[in-house]
Formats: sequence, C-alpha cells, structure tokens
Amino acid sequence: MGKRSKVIEREEVVVRFSGDSGDGMQLTGTLFSYTSAIFGNDISTFPDYPSEIRAPQGTISGVSGFQVHFGHTEVYTPGDYCDVLVAMNPAALKANAKWMKPGGTVILDVDSCDEKNLRKAGYETNDPITESKLGGYNIVKAPITTLTKESLKDMGLDNKSILRSKNMYALGLVYWLFDRPLDHTKDYIKKKFAKKQLIVDANIKVLEDGYNYGNIIQALTPSYHINPADIKPGKYRNLSGNVAVAWGFLAAAEKSGLELFLGSYPITPATEILQELSARKDLGVKVFQAEDEIAGICTSIGASFAGDLAVTTTSGPGLALKGEAIGLAIIAELPLVVVNVQRGGPSTGLPTKTEQSDLMQALYGRNGESPAVIIAASSPTNCFDYAFYAAKIAVEHMTPVILLTDGFLANGTQPWRLPDMNEWPEIQVPRAKVEDKDWHPYKRDLEKLSRYWAVPGVEGLEHRIGGLEKDEHTGAVSHDALNHQRMVELREGKVQKIADYIPELELVGEEDADVLVVGWGGTFGHLFTAVDELAQEGHKFALAHFNYIKPLPRNTYEVLKRYKKIVVCELNLGQFADYLRMQFPDIDTLRFNKVQGQPFTVIELKEHFKTLLED
Amino acid sequence: MAENCQLKFTDFKSDQSVKWCPGCGDHAILNSVQKAMANLGYKKEEVAVISGIGCSSRFPYYMETYGFHTIHGRGSAIASGVKVANPELKVWQITGDGDALAIGGNHFIHSIRRNIDLNVILFNNQIYGLTKGQYSPTSKRGFISKTSPFGTVEAPFRPGELCIGARGQFFARCIDTDIKHSVVMLEEAGKHEGTSIVEVLQNCVIYNDKTHNAITDKAFSQDRTIKLEHGKPMIFGKERNKGLVLEGLELKVVTIGENGITEDDILVHNAECDDITLHLKLADMEYPEYPVALGVIRSVKAPVYDQDVEEQLAAVQEKSNVKSFTDLIHSGDVWDVK
Repeated sequence: MGKRSKVIEREEVVVRFSGDSGDGMQLTGTLFSYTSAIFGNDISTFPDYPSEIRAPQGTISGVSGFQVHFGHTEVYTPGDYCDVLVAMNPAALKANAKWMKPGGTVILDVDSCDEKNLRKAGYETNDPITESKLGGYNIVKAPITTLTKESLKDMGLDNKSILRSKNMYALGLVYWLFDRPLDHTKDYIKKKFAKKQLIVDANIKVLEDGYNYGNIIQALTPSYHINPADIKPGKYRNLSGNVAVAWGFLAAAEKSGLELFLGSYPITPATEILQELSARKDLGVKVFQAEDEIAGICTSIGASFAGDLAVTTTSGPGLALKGEAIGLAIIAELPLVVVNVQRGGPSTGLPTKTEQSDLMQALYGRNGESPAVIIAASSPTNCFDYAFYAAKIAVEHMTPVILLTDGFLANGTQPWRLPDMNEWPEIQVPRAKVEDKDWHPYKRDLEKLSRYWAVPGVEGLEHRIGGLEKDEHTGAVSHDALNHQRMVELREGKVQKIADYIPELELVGEEDADVLVVGWGGTFGHLFTAVDELAQEGHKFALAHFNYIKPLPRNTYEVLKRYKKIVVCELNLGQFADYLRMQFPDIDTLRFNKVQGQPFTVIELKEHFKTLLED
Repeated sequence: MAENCQLKFTDFKSDQSVKWCPGCGDHAILNSVQKAMANLGYKKEEVAVISGIGCSSRFPYYMETYGFHTIHGRGSAIASGVKVANPELKVWQITGDGDALAIGGNHFIHSIRRNIDLNVILFNNQIYGLTKGQYSPTSKRGFISKTSPFGTVEAPFRPGELCIGARGQFFARCIDTDIKHSVVMLEEAGKHEGTSIVEVLQNCVIYNDKTHNAITDKAFSQDRTIKLEHGKPMIFGKERNKGLVLEGLELKVVTIGENGITEDDILVHNAECDDITLHLKLADMEYPEYPVALGVIRSVKAPVYDQDVEEQLAAVQEKSNVKSFTDLIHSGDVWDVK
C-alpha cells in the first residue's frame, strides 16, 4: 500500500452510491456498509430507489441510490448530506449534487458523460461539474467504464457482463479512499457466484484494480481516515427494519410457544416482512400469501381464532382495506398484530417514500368505538423490540395491536447486537381452562379486563363468537342497550389498562430545558441527533420520544406539563400534536411538520429549534 | 375415549333458540348438517363452523361446536386461516349467494383455487334476505325486487360454473327440504379432501318464496331434476325412462324406448374424471331445456393446500440446521466486536 498524499481525519462520514437503477448500487452500498461495520464503525444506511423497476436509463427518475453513514462515534441516522458521492452517470450527479457537503468528494464515471447522457440528465452544457456548482469540490473524474473494460479485456467475458462489473470497480476505488480491506467483499463474491468461477475471478480482479487505481491517482485525491467506534462487545449483524419486524415475531412465537401465522399481500414498502417470514419455514412459520389485503388480515384472524400467534403486514392503503376486519378482531377480542409500514399518501401517493401520516387512521380509521393498541418503532433495529412487544401485548391482553413503522425504518439498516434470548421475557398465553366451571367466552381477567383464549380442538370449551355485540355475562349475542355501553367501555378500558404494563416515557436531555422536542416513531434518530448536537453547542433542549401511542405512557402528562415550550415534530400535518391536544387540552404545543416523502434532516431541525429560543 | 361413542345429531344442537323465519329453508339445512356431522362421527370440539353475514350466517350460533360469525364476504378467508392454522379441525363454512358470490367473490374463488380442505355450504335463495329483498348475483335476468323494480339487466352467476371455473374439485347440489339427499351430499363433502362446495337450493319464504318451486315441487321434481350418482347412468323422470346422451358437443334429453334408445345409450356419470367439460355442462343445465342436476357433479382428487403446507414445513425443517431463533440470528453475516 503506497503512502497517501493527503488524509482527512473524520469522526464520521456519509457516502452515497448513485447510478442507474440497473447499475447495482444497492449491492455496492450494502457491501461497503458491511465492510465498515466489520471494521468496527457504527453505521446507518438507507436506500433511495425509484418506484419503477427499470425507469428509462440515464434519466433522473431512474437514479437509484444507497447512502451509508459510518463513524467513530455512534450514528443515529443515515446522514443528511454526503461527504463522498459516487456517481455512475450524469443523472446521478445531477440528482445528488444538492446533497453534497461543501468541499466533499465526487467520484464520477466520466465515460458516461457523453452528449446523449448529459442531455438525458437535463444538463444544458457539456460541463456538468460547473453546471451543478461543484467547482470547489474534490472531483475524481475516473474513466470507470474504460478502466473496467481494460481490466477484463483478456478474461473472455461478453461486453454485457464486463459492463455489469463497473460497480465493483467503483467499490474498489471507494475502499481505497477509506483504506478498507477487500476481504469481506471478496468472500461475498465467491459465495454468490460459487458456480461461476469466471464471474468470481472477473469481479475480484475489477475490485482490486479499482482499489489500485486509487494508488495511481493518490497525488490528486485525498483519502479519509475514520477510526473504529467504541462499540459494546458482542456479536453483531446488519439488520433492516423490515427484517427486524419479522424476527421480532419469530422471537415472540418462540417465547409464547405459539405457532406463527402471517396472512399478507405484497405492498411496498412492507413486502420484505412477508418475504422474510416466507423463508422461515425452518422455524415453522405458516405464511399465507392472500388474494388481497382483506384476505391477508382475515386469514390471520382465522388463525388467531384457531390459536396461532397471528400477524398481518401492510402499508397505508392496505390498512384502509383492513379496517373492517380489525373491528372484528376488536369485538371478538382476539390477539392480532397489524404492521403498517407507512409511506407517502393519500391513495397510492409516494409508495417508496417515507411518511408518518397514518397515525389517525391507525387510531380511529374504523367504524364504531374500536380501540386498538398503537405502538411505533423508532429505529431499524428496535423494530425487533417493538414487534416482540406488540405480539406480547396482543396475546397477553387479547387485543389487536397496530405496529407502525415507516419506509425509512423499513429499508434502513443498523448493526444489531445479537440478543441473548434468555434475557427476554416469556409471553404468557391466557388460555381458558376446562376446569373453570364459570367460564364463558367473555369472562374476563379482572386485572387486565381481557378475556380468555379458548382454542378449537379442546373438549368442553366449544363456543361461538362473532362480530355481533355480546352479553357481558354469558357471551351470547345481545342487543341490550345498557349491555352495549358497558361492553364498549370494557373494550376501551382493556386497552387503557395496558398503560400499567408498558414503560414510562423517558426523557433525553435536561429536565429544565428551554424547549421540549416531542416526536414519535421513525424520526427518533434525526430528533435525537439534533437535540444532542444543540446540547453540545450549549443549548438546553430535551427530547420526549414516544413509542407507545395508545395507550400513552402513564407519566406523559407529568412530563409535558413541566415545559413551557413544546414542539411536536412529525412527518405529517400534525396528527400526533392533535392527538396530544385531545388527551391534554391544557398543554399547548408548537408544531414542526414536513410532508415531502423524506425524513427530517438534522440541519433543518437544528435551524428551526434555534429559532424557538429567540422568542 | 372409546371408538363407538358416536354422537347423536341432537348433540350438535346449541342452547340458542333458532331465529330464522318459520318456514325458512335454513331450518332443514341445519338439521341436515347436524345429521351429517353425527353420521361422519365428528366430535364437537374438532368442528369449527365459520360464517360471514346474511341470514344463513347465523348458523354457527345454533351449532354446539366451535363457531365464528364473522364479517360480510370474508368467511372463506377466515375459514382458510382456521384450517391452515390447525388442519386437524373440520372446518365448515356457511355462506349465501350474496356473501359468497357478491361481496366475498374474490375470497370464494381463491379458496377454491387453492383447494383448502373446507366444506362450504352455499345457501342459494337468489335474494338478499337479511336486508329485506334486493336482487342477488344469482337472481335470474329480469328479476323484480326492491332494487330492480323494473327487472334486473344483469346475468346471474351459476355457482357450479363459477366453482368449476375456479378449478373447484368438488361440487354438489341439493334441495333444502330433501333432507335425506342433503345429508348424503354433506357427508360426501365432509369426506372429500380439498374445498367442497355444496349448493343448496334454499327457499326464502318471505322475500323470494317458491323461487325454486319449478324444480323442487314434489309434484314434478323427479321430471325436472336428475340425481347424479357416480358410476350410474344419467336416468331421471317419474317413470325412470328419461336420460341424457351426448350429441356432438351438446347434452340431449332422450326417452328410453323411443327412437331405438336403450339404457346402454345413456351417459354414465363419472364425477371423478379430471376433465371438466361434461361436469360444466351438467352443472349448467337449466329447466325447462334440461333437468337441473342434483347430486355430486364433480369430485376429483387434487393436491390439498393445507396438507401441502404441513408437508413443506416438515421437509424444510428436516433439512435445516436452524432449529431455533437463536440459531437463525447466529447464521449468515455475523461479526464480533471485542
């Protein structure tokens, strides 16, 4: 390894790989993030891909990106602006130029910058760097296509396969830039193409040549140095929010001794949960790919009636279709977890983009008084925790639980420290007992107000339930007026009782802060980073971030009333702020809302929060 | 438990008073189901009766088994979930022409296509009863009802055709008041592995009284219906002298003894042949051109979804090294931080 001419020391760095949606940028980014994680950095990643599978080549709508944020310190978001951009074509450059940090590094495949591609990307001149106002940046104009062809010219590969290896050349160059080993990526290539030795050899050669190209151009190019982070010892793996949800349910099935059943219908961005659980037949998961969203939840309700740990997964439009069936699970008082991976709405909206605009739908989007538990995960890896606890609450309290995640959490990844499952709680299944002579289908646990689960197949517990109102004392169908009011109150009361079984709200930052920042769900990383950075700059901010929304933590009012200035930040027009207003009419809150299909940026949050200190 | 403690049909009656209209065909069907279940040797606890919404869907409340009265049209999906979760259960789905063929049409055809081992009783009275008399997807063209005061301008579904078109492997038809025959049909459905559809021509005494009368009235039902039996010639009529033959691609009604026709010329019913051509023709026969076919029209062995799910799980589990959640998370790309 040659001596490096200029090394930039950094605590943390954001790298974005960007190219045509067929350029293999997702894989390139994933491999880079693995290598960084194994090196010992804390990482957070986020893919940004178009909703078209193969949008027109060379256009901005066809740009697919993958962002990796890694650091010597802990990182909570995939980063707003990038230090290093790899642009495989002019469209990628054009789409991402505005996301560059001043003075950052751009690696551009200059071979792609022909007249045709420049026009397709919308550049008017033949100098995209100047046109995108990147004059003061480190621009590495690498002829990646030519170099890849040169690298592979004697290997006997067809032109198409050669061009497909361009991403490995770029990856090799980025490894040089960050002085990272190639071992993990080589192992991956060997495994992935185990039966195609020629492809293995070609990809490894291109990767190495890309790395060596860095040595050749080092006089012109600075490289970066980021030390490993101080991470808690243990075994780790990279985990996305969607896989984390799937795994939370697997863990819950094991801890409850119940068979796991998923009824679902593919929908972006929730589909990976369905795919992951479909692959888990080794752990006995029954997955039913239904004919539609309604059948997805209805098969799950059937499975729950039959005694399985039943879940269904969807995104916003699918939750709308499931509304009536959720009401059935509520009145039948059957355990069920409904996962809603929120995306931009209404209607089809922005299917691949993130938003938090389904909160009110989750809380109230059904006919009648139909309370369900609402829980929201707040990081890719804690999707595991909240899926587990959603299942635990559903079973132990015999109620549907709606778990809200979003496109940002679902597709983002973080390193996940493998849990010791012995440290996780058991899930107690509230089974009806044949010996209980007073048992009837709606007999309740007086502590929790939940009924008992009598599962078909057990002699002596034969019973009928359904969507009609039931008599409180016998479980038979009842149209009695006062009974109905009591049952409505009991179902609501049962959900409210769950507040006794969930943790209190934890405050980040100082008790006497000037401003309390309030958030919920997937915005945690950005809100926390903003508040943390402001604290380091000497400002007094605190953060109250909610994971339990219905019921709210017991101490919610007590925390909120301490602060004169509260700002509720969310990726919608203020749904959680409205909800808090309904619960606590005397608490005034300010609002900071963004509905662009994009997460908050730390920079915009900090800028806004600082203005709150002024008045 | 001893093998011979077979339950009586009265053991399947719940303590709830039956609230269908006096004279409704549902009463007879309830009796037939309870008798069939007793004959099949079912235990109460292994039976789950699932319904959607409609008059017929109150059925589960009257059965001393496990039961779930669900939401409109979704009975097929919920029953599918019950059966896949626990294939040991005998899952019976109760539905009507509105519940199964209108609002629940999608779930109905897909449960049939998957061939989940459900026994579906489709009460066909060609009317919406519970909402007090609107036309249904099986009402005949021109039918006058509260929502079609000038007659409908739409073609009805033929449930048998829809079932077979959705790749159904078992379809039978019977008449509500013919309890003896209905019990046999329900038993056949219960024994068949895979989705069984039994269409019961049911009379709504209030909103569509005598709708099936042209074929069900005892005075002429023998001449206007044919009770198909596997392996037996397709002969019908009070005199047992009428039969069905194939002329070109069409079924034709003939009289034995006329024009040189003998019993040997009459088609023999093969419910078990895979080819749907003749089954479709039989299912579609309508009076007055043809007798309406009763009996098991189609009963073909085919892979059963819930059984295949279990087999696949067992096969994967046998081969896999992942035996627990902890095994799973430690497999694949894991690194150590020291």
